[in-house]
Amino acid sequence: MIPESHRFPDRAGLALADEGLRLALDRARQGFIGNRRKAVDALPEFQELREAARRVKNHTLANLDLYLERFESQATAAGGQVHWAADAAEARARILAICREAGARTVTKGKSMVGEEVGLNEALEEADLEVVETDLGEYIIQLAGETPSHIVAPAIHKTREQIRDLFAEHHAPLGLGAPGLGNAELVARAREVLRREFLRADVGITGANFLIAESGSTVIVTNEGNGDLSNTLPRVHVVIAGIEKVLPGFEDLSTVLRLLARSATGQEMSVYTTVSTGPRRGEDLDGPEEFHVVLVDNGRSAMLGGEFREMLRCIRCGACLNHCPVYHAVGGHAYGWVYTGPMGSVLTPLIVGLDKAHHLPNACTLNGRCEQVCPMSIPLPTMLRKLRTRGFERGFGTRTSRMGLAAWGFLARRPAVYGSATRVAMGILGWLGRRRGAFRRLPLAGGWTGVRDLPAPEGETFQRAWRRRGARR
Amino acid sequence: MLPDGGATAAHSFAERPACRPVEGFLGEGMAMTTGSGGAPSGARARVLDAVRAAVRREPAEAEAEAAARREEIEARIAAHEVHVRPSVEGDLAMRFAEKVTLVSASFAPVPGIDGVSRAVANYLEEHGLEKEIVVTTDPLVERVRWSNEFAVARRAAEPEDRVSVTGAYAGIAETGTVVFVSDRTTPTTLNFLPETHVAVLARDRLVAHLEDVWARLREERAAPPRTVNFITGPSRTGDIELQLELGAHGPRRLHVLLVDA
Amino acid sequence: MEQSGLMEDASQVPAPRRVGLFVTCLVDLYRPSTGFAAVRLLETAGCEVEVPPGQTCCGQPAFNNGDSATARAIARSIVERFEGFDHVVAPSGSCAGMLRRHLPELFADDAPWRERAERLAARVHELTSFLVDVCGSAAVERLRGAAPPRGVRTATYHDSCSGLRELGVREQPRHLLAAVDGLDLVEMRDAEVCCGFGGTFCVKYPGISGRMVSEKVENIASAGADAVLAGDVGCLLNIAGRLGREGRPVRVFHVAEVLAGMAERGIGEPASGAAGTGAVAGSSRG
Ligand code: SF4
Repeated sequence: MIPESHRFPDRAGLALADEGLRLALDRARQGFIGNRRKAVDALPEFQELREAARRVKNHTLANLDLYLERFESQATAAGGQVHWAADAAEARARILAICREAGARTVTKGKSMVGEEVGLNEALEEADLEVVETDLGEYIIQLAGETPSHIVAPAIHKTREQIRDLFAEHHAPLGLGAPGLGNAELVARAREVLRREFLRADVGITGANFLIAESGSTVIVTNEGNGDLSNTLPRVHVVIAGIEKVLPGFEDLSTVLRLLARSATGQEMSVYTTVSTGPRRGEDLDGPEEFHVVLVDNGRSAMLGGEFREMLRCIRCGACLNHCPVYHAVGGHAYGWVYTGPMGSVLTPLIVGLDKAHHLPNACTLNGRCEQVCPMSIPLPTMLRKLRTRGFERGFGTRTSRMGLAAWGFLARRPAVYGSATRVAMGILGWLGRRRGAFRRLPLAGGWTGVRDLPAPEGETFQRAWRRRGARR
Repeated sequence: MLPDGGATAAHSFAERPACRPVEGFLGEGMAMTTGSGGAPSGARARVLDAVRAAVRREPAEAEAEAAARREEIEARIAAHEVHVRPSVEGDLAMRFAEKVTLVSASFAPVPGIDGVSRAVANYLEEHGLEKEIVVTTDPLVERVRWSNEFAVARRAAEPEDRVSVTGAYAGIAETGTVVFVSDRTTPTTLNFLPETHVAVLARDRLVAHLEDVWARLREERAAPPRTVNFITGPSRTGDIELQLELGAHGPRRLHVLLVDA
Repeated sequence: MEQSGLMEDASQVPAPRRVGLFVTCLVDLYRPSTGFAAVRLLETAGCEVEVPPGQTCCGQPAFNNGDSATARAIARSIVERFEGFDHVVAPSGSCAGMLRRHLPELFADDAPWRERAERLAARVHELTSFLVDVCGSAAVERLRGAAPPRGVRTATYHDSCSGLRELGVREQPRHLLAAVDGLDLVEMRDAEVCCGFGGTFCVKYPGISGRMVSEKVENIASAGADAVLAGDVGCLLNIAGRLGREGRPVRVFHVAEVLAGMAERGIGEPASGAAGTGAVAGSSRG
């Protein structure tokens, strides 16, 4: 999709006015936070696992060139085909070429964030392929023509009524009426419709939560089983994965898996963790005949070589979103691209360009809750601050805010000027506000007083009062 | 950054015969037939060069140093070092039974292989299901003597199948996970297409931790099978208003028979 | 210089700790009462307190908005002013966090200044954690028995983000508040969730900040406390401003003011009678 992140303030404004969204986000917050808390509390080794996972991933990233080559040679030895894509356009073209080669007409997709990132669906659809998302949440937003609002629960913002209406509209051509409003009925309807798609698809495309260098395997983690049907039923299985997804071996995978589900949904293990290695073997009764892995760079090698390497430890668990108060307030769509919340505010500018997304790293209070819950110990606030530094150097931000900052910086470096200026200003403000104790409105302070009163200062500054008193004592 | 250190160097590292230059395959195969300008043939070299430039401490890491790093990672992979594991105490079967139930699967111990037919019949009756089953042909399930009330098929899954009975490769007490591998006797589709999935797990295939499964696989198979499924409970989704619903795409029911084989 | 070994000595050792009070700009400009309360607490705990002249700001607005050059210039002058003290104490988790965690970062490429910054950073403390963790139990004993603000029987404590997550300030203020006579501490829901202040964030993204602070205020009101306390004037101005806007009668104080028994005019409350400036601060310093 075309990034809309530069419109963050407008999009956030719309989101804040959406009552339905607010209810959905409240529900999500309670559910995700509570479930994670329980799962983490029940595992005394959680912090140790976190530390181990950080070490594993740091080691892998420091040797990523070799691990990628190792992955490639093993995957190839197992009969798979490994492809490389330096950017989004190459990734789309590569996958389209694989589909064409396979003579494909229909494609089923398991959930893939990197697929969203490179705009895979649009590219395939433009080439007249029929693309069906099969993760229930992705399916719902595909019907609605939207992007995911959460990396783990893409349709978190939709109500059951909206989903029922979408199904009624899109399933009518299949001769199916409107389903009931019950959860079970809606899920059963999706199951029924998508089952048909799995059975007739020529190509199944999935993402990968991990790639294993030891064996050249790809790993997907799901709860629904849609990824596995996409893995197994179509004749051709294509995996699209970012190059940072590699882990050395299965012991390393075991460690990270213990963190992933707990951090994402509060489960100890997701329902389906599936390791795929190559295409079906000679005597196998099922499985795809072709197995392709497309390794996508798209900005990652640049992160690897600079101050954002740590971001590549991200396992897309969504814990940082679930604990982010800004995300709670505005939801995922305000971020204007596929990655949302704190991880999105780091990744989006790095992938699509800071000029198109400079709001994202700024729209944060740096409260640090994301870093506290991130299973991979990614210092998200530090990364956001680094992006702000880059943005500042490149002159982004509104004129008013830059001027305000410059003025404050000027004062803060000149104690004498600061002392006299603040003495006068606080004296006046204190005097003006003495009766009410606060201002409802004040020139130049609309950003503050639009949503809250401005308490009046006491009047005299501390430093002046202190010196005055010191003179007296 | 690395005008000539890139692709050629990578290939010269290759010790395993499997590491053939994939680039040639890509360049001459797919990209040529499609004729699309989108994915130039040098993608592999460009990506790997960029990654190398990013990770090498010195811009031009000497061949010897790269070789040393390579040895280090090979040794690390070969060591299969286990990191922290959650403690799993007491009887494995008890822990497994407890965990499997917590993830909305059901569980029944069966004293011997002869009891499996009865146990499956009981389970299907309890849920009002027909005794039409598709089964795997792995050594364990092959030993089951199905009573004649069953209609038994031995094949991969088909869309209309209602119930599958499949032999599990292992069970993990840590999380209540059942592990299945694909081969000519155990097709993967049987774990996913039918609405009801009965897993037959031999008690001596119970292990404490995830890592133990990899250790066994390495011991018992020369190469990993095409598919290894770690299944922890029946299929589910929370995608509608975050309410949990079982049976999203995979089985609605998962029943595990723990057999003293 | 760090804690543990010194704890028992705190009451007996004759030479008191020399503490430089880092006032913070918000206390300086908005809430002198907090500064005077901090001084009284530190003195009661046995410290010798100085307020080095010429203080401005910790540099956070510049640092957090990516203006490293300005942040560095401010940092240098802070190091120069404060490096002579045994400890530097700030009545703010946010500013103490800036000095303790981020000051050295600013001099990544300047070894001599980085060393000076590191030496200083290690001696910077947030007020309540300094009292509990550094001054120790004997000092805390001496702080017992302050009287709560008039009409305030129950209070709830908001955990400011930097103090909580950068400095581990959580139990210390609660521990100290438990020793205030006749004050019950009740926990609000999501006490550790950001109030939406975030420095310049609150004016750059007022809509989002507004949503966050309304939720905070809702949780404060549901806790049913007479007053809300915190360790950062920034959060308190934000919270008081929103409480005022919604007309909710919950009073707002910096935790130091309550601990020192000096809480009179709450933040955002009208000055009582006297129109003269500095009246509150003036009357409260004994
Ligand atoms: S940044 Fe951390 S918490 Fe956020 S999605 Fe990535 S791994 Fe999860």
